[in-house]
This record gives sequence, C-alpha cells and structure tokens, in this order.
Amino acid sequence: MTSPDRSLAADPGLTKKASRSLRETAIQGALFLCALVSVVTTVGVIVVLASESWTFFREIPVHEFLFGTRWTPLLEPRSFGVLPLVAGTLWIVLIAAIVAVPLGLGSAIYMSEYATPQARSILKPLLEILAGIPTVVYGYFALTFVTPLLKSLIPATQIFNAASAGIVVGIMILPMVASLCDDAMRSVPNSLREAAYALGATPMEVSTRIVVPAALSGVLASFILAASRAIGETMAVTLAAGATPKLTGNPLESIQTMTAYIVQLSLGDAPAGTIEYRTLFAVGALLFVITLGMNILGQRILRRFREVYS
Amino acid sequence: MNTLGVSDQLRTRHRKAVLFRTTCATTVGVAIFILGILLVRIVIDGVDGLDLHFLTNFQSRFPEKAGIKAGLVGSLWILGMTAAISIPLGVAAAIYLEEYAKPGRLNRFIEVNIANLAGVPSIVYGMLGLTIFVRWFSLERSLLAGAMTLSLLILPVIIIASREAVRAVPSSMREASFALGASRWQTVRHHVLPSAVPGIVTGVILAISRAIGETAPLILVGALAFVAFTPEGPMDEFTVLPVQIFNWASRPQAEFHQLAATAIIVLLIVLLSMNGVATWIRHTNQQERS
Repeated sequence: MTSPDRSLAADPGLTKKASRSLRETAIQGALFLCALVSVVTTVGVIVVLASESWTFFREIPVHEFLFGTRWTPLLEPRSFGVLPLVAGTLWIVLIAAIVAVPLGLGSAIYMSEYATPQARSILKPLLEILAGIPTVVYGYFALTFVTPLLKSLIPATQIFNAASAGIVVGIMILPMVASLCDDAMRSVPNSLREAAYALGATPMEVSTRIVVPAALSGVLASFILAASRAIGETMAVTLAAGATPKLTGNPLESIQTMTAYIVQLSLGDAPAGTIEYRTLFAVGALLFVITLGMNILGQRILRRFREVYS
Repeated sequence: MNTLGVSDQLRTRHRKAVLFRTTCATTVGVAIFILGILLVRIVIDGVDGLDLHFLTNFQSRFPEKAGIKAGLVGSLWILGMTAAISIPLGVAAAIYLEEYAKPGRLNRFIEVNIANLAGVPSIVYGMLGLTIFVRWFSLERSLLAGAMTLSLLILPVIIIASREAVRAVPSSMREASFALGASRWQTVRHHVLPSAVPGIVTGVILAISRAIGETAPLILVGALAFVAFTPEGPMDEFTVLPVQIFNWASRPQAEFHQLAATAIIVLLIVLLSMNGVATWIRHTNQQERS
C-alpha cells in the first residue's frame, strides 16, 4: 500500500491544487500589505511629529508653548507661545462657518426637500465643483477680488486680513456641509414627513421641525468635519490672511494661522536641527491633534446616526 | 372671528412656507453665483496672457517673458508618478478589505484608520514627506519624493472610492464563479475587478485631480518656485503649476497676478477635463447598467 503522501504527489490535479493554494495565500498576503500601508502612514505621521516635537518640548516647556501669547520664533527676543496662531486659525474657522453654515444648510434643505431629482442631479455636481477647485485658486480669488471688495465697503480693511481668507475658506467648505447635510436629511424616513403632512404641516414646518431635528446629528457632524477642514486649510490663508501672528479682535487685520506659519517657515531656509525648524513640527503636531480629534468625533456622530435609521 | 383667525393663521403659515422655500433656493443660487463670479473673474484677469509662449516659456523675473513650461511639465510628471504609485496600492488595499478581510479587530482598525487619514490636513502629509522621503530616504527635493508624498495623501480617497466600486459588483457574480471552482483570486481577477473598473476609474481620476491641485505638501517637500528647466527623470528637482501660481500670486505686482490668473486657467482646464472624463465614465456606465 502506498503512503497517502505519495499518492497525493502522483496525482497531478492535486499538486496543481496545492500550488494554487500557495499562490492564493501569497496574493492575499500581498494585498494585505497594501492595506497595511495606510496604517504605516498613520504610524509615520505620529512618529515624525512626536519625535521632532519631543526635542522641541525639551527646550520649550509645553505650558509656555500652549499658553504663551507671543509667537516670535524667528525674531529676538524669541517667544514660543502658540496662542496667536491658534487665535488666527479660530478667526478663519469662525468666519468660514458664518459663510458656510447658512449657505450649506439652506442648499441641503433645498436639495433634499424641494428640488426635483433632475434639478438635484445638476445642482449637486455644480456645488461639488467648488470643492474641487484647488485652494491656491481661492487664495488668488481672496487676494484679488474679496479683499478689494471688503476694502471698498470698509476702507480700514488691511491688504491681508482674516475676513477675506475666512470668506473664501467658507466657500470652499460649503459643498462639504451641503453634501453631508443632504445625505443626513435624505436618510430621514419618508414616513416621518408623510405623518407631518397628514397633520397639515406646511413644507417649511416639515423641514424645520421634522427633517432637520431628525437629521440633527448628521448636520452637527457635517459642521465638525467642515470646521476641521477649515483648520487644516493652508494656501488660501497663506496668500490672503497675512503673516502677522497676533491676538486681535479685529478680523480686518492681518493675522497668521498655524498652517500659514508652517508654509512660511518651510519657504525660508531654517536648517534641520535648529529650534526654528522644530517649531514646524510642534505646530504641526498641534494641528494634527486638533483636526484628528474633530474628525474622530465627527465620524463617530455620523456612524451612530446611520445606525439609528438603517 | 374664529374662522377668520384660522384662515389668517393658515395664510401666514403658507406665506412663511413660500418665503422659506425661496430662501433655501436663494442659498443654492448664491453658492452657484459665487462659483460663476470666481470663474469669470479668473478668465477676465488671465485670458489675455494665454498664448503659446505662455505654455512654452520658462519662469522669468520679467512678467512679459514668463511662462509655465516647467510647472506644466512638472505637474504632468507628478501626475504620472503619483498615479503609478497610488493606483496599484489603493486598488489592492480596497480588494483586500472588500474581498478577503474577515470582520475582526485588525480590519476594523484599518478601516477607521483610513477614514481618519482622509481628514488629515494635506500640509501634515507634507511634513511626513519632508522628514521621511526627503531626509531619511535622502531623496532630496525630487519628483519621486513629491509623488510619494502625494500618493500617501490621495491613497485614502482611492481606497474609499475603489471599495465602493468593488462592493457594487453583485455577489451573484462571485457565487457563480466560485460554483465553477474558481479560486478567490481568480474570481477577483476575472470577474469582480473587470466589472468594478468604471467605478474605480472614476474615483481614481477624481483623487488624482486632487493631487494635481495640491500646493502645500509640495512646498514642504521642496518644489521650487523658480525652475528654468524641465525634469528629465524621477530624481530631478521640479516645480508644479499650483506652486508657480502661489509664487506669482504672492508677489505684490499686478503683472504677476495676471500671470497667476493665466496659470490658473491652464490648471482649471486640466482639472475640469479630468473631471469631465470621470463624469462621462460614470454616466455611460450608469446607462449601461440600467
């Protein structure tokens, strides 16, 4: 009697099968490695930001960085308080929200509650063009159109100012707000709308008292995700908002955001290893932590919301 | 009068409803109007400078002689290299996650991770590229470093879009293939992937067009603003259209602003035609299915 091993080897169909399963495993492994690239990227970001800021924070205490109110890393006397950059970023987010929230929410209500499917299929891609325009183009638009417009309305407007940059960032994130709110509102079950209509509600009452409250967490998530996008926006604010880190209550003045500082520093030639160079990573780490926190929060709200209605 | 009061109330409610509808319609109108102003302004500012010389001249300190040859060629290099790196990686990752991965902690982690990476500001990718590719791998300010950085940036977008396309393939197709004795990879290779291609292509084009418009990460990785040569290979220094636009727009003189506007027209033509192709593929594919 031959051993089972030899009979297996003698059958050409079975060896073919064995080599096939080997090949299958190899392919699966290769595909898995590709999927792992994203994890490696995250680890890379964290390692890079953490290691360079670690050396930064050995020289500059964390509390001095986080709560200091003067940011002059390139000028004597040096001071490394990041609050002016954070305040500049907050101005941009605030002004962008003033533009994007009403326009985005209004557009979303119109698209999900009023527009015919045909109108919607034209309007949505049109709005998405706004999101596809490169940010450097918005910077140009802010500098050559919005700022002169603001100046003609309020002569005290400076050439570089937070308002102009914030307005274009608002235009840029508008499609994101509109699209996410539209998705949230469209996933509200029609039975809720029909019940309200049956009780005699007008379309406005259905929208404002039924649909928007029912979609509220999706709407909220859209605001958070859009705000996070505004915080990370770089080129429009670098071109239009200025390079003057300061705490100011006037959005018509020149400011500087965290992202704009990073660009400014990398355009100059701060040699690697100096404290100026490391400020890049300390500011970058702060930016990363803020946007990551907001994204995780936004995604979590979105996911919870989807579970309720599906 | 009670009945009169009710009808009055009804009338105001209806009036409000009409007003609300008009307001919502107006917000859409305003958004699209802004898009119109933006495009018209840029065309007005820049169309005069758009000629063959602009496309074939290098950057110059004299605005009348300046052109975008280096930026245009650099952008095309970046486009090709980023596509070559990110498409295989992204599609492979999408196939793994849709066709192979079993629901488990690790795969859940990969998914959440991809969703969060998609929201990381592009400038952070620039810092990653600067440290890892430019310095640790000593790629210097090369096209390769730039393309690798942008590939990481658009990878989440490609993965998410490709997964959707792969998921849209009906499972009856897979089951039929398995029933005939095909292995998993044979099923993916011969049945799932071919039917997912239109969806993948659409997503990939949109992702790559995002890479073409990116400025900040490439400034960090070291795209130069003043380049008077075209790159010959992946290790050469380079510039791209958006960096060139940034450089011109950040100068105070109006002549350079006009150059920026002209370069923006070129960039937008490239982007809009890419988007047009993507929309067309999606459209013809939808018609075939229905």
